[in-house]
Amino acid sequence: MITLEHYLTVAAALFVIGIFGLFLNRKNVIILLMSIELMLLSVNINLVAFSSFMNDLVGQVFTLFVLTVAAAEAAIGLAILVSFFRNRGTIAVEDVNVMKG
Amino acid sequence: MGAEVFAFYLFAISTITGGLFTVLSRNPVHSVLWLILSFLSSAGLFILLGAEFVAMLLIIVYVGAVAVLFLFVVMMLDVDFASLKADLAKYLPLGLLIMVILLMELAMGLAVWVPADGAEAVRAAPTPSDTHNTAALGLLLYDKYFLLFQLAGLILLVAMIGAIVLTLRHRKDVKRQDILAQIYRDPDKSLSLKNIKSGQGL
Repeated sequence: MITLEHYLTVAAALFVIGIFGLFLNRKNVIILLMSIELMLLSVNINLVAFSSFMNDLVGQVFTLFVLTVAAAEAAIGLAILVSFFRNRGTIAVEDVNVMKG
Repeated sequence: MGAEVFAFYLFAISTITGGLFTVLSRNPVHSVLWLILSFLSSAGLFILLGAEFVAMLLIIVYVGAVAVLFLFVVMMLDVDFASLKADLAKYLPLGLLIMVILLMELAMGLAVWVPADGAEAVRAAPTPSDTHNTAALGLLLYDKYFLLFQLAGLILLVAMIGAIVLTLRHRKDVKRQDILAQIYRDPDKSLSLKNIKSGQGL
């Protein structure tokens, strides 16, 4: 019998893998963006699992909004990446220190 | 072991494997392909949960748009990815440490979690039993959450304009079509008749 905890475990594992990816690929912005997508996916799994096991549809509605934001974020992130690459010729995050922030 | 249990473990394992190799792959193209596997198998998980619409949306939006966008950018940018991976071992211990700490925290939270007593009563939109998932979701989205739905569309519009503004550039060295100049071109100025005598040429 598959319970809610099974799904929550999958989502937790995926979220932790996403965070692990942020640390492992600190130089490669493309894989950083993919790790963020993985974390958003795990959030979606949580929302849909709760929605299904609690018989409440709002979780799925919010999944749609998370999906929208994830798609917008990926588009903007990759656009910034492309224009950064045009200006600097590299995508290494360590070179992004023009503003000395 | 029933079919549902088997399908759950199949999709769960391939979701996690896809995520892990997305992060670990040395080649970003392989990373994107593993990411697609992860998205597809979580769509399978969503179907097991009875959320067919979200599952199909996940395939269309994530695999069809986001993953292809990633693939496009990875292949378009001429980056030396090997140099970006050089000191992988430097960050591995810290990453593993934080991974273990977070897993322990999540496990502690999961172990003591129980739904509250009044949780059933305060549901915002109980799943109707007589309509299927897509229809129920549509009724909810176009009625109760219509403003949020419109705002989501606005977010996408802003993202689209932002992406175009960020990446559009007018290159001076490329010839472009000037439609007005073409329309207003005067045949008297661009055409002339020459009377060429035979054997002489122009």
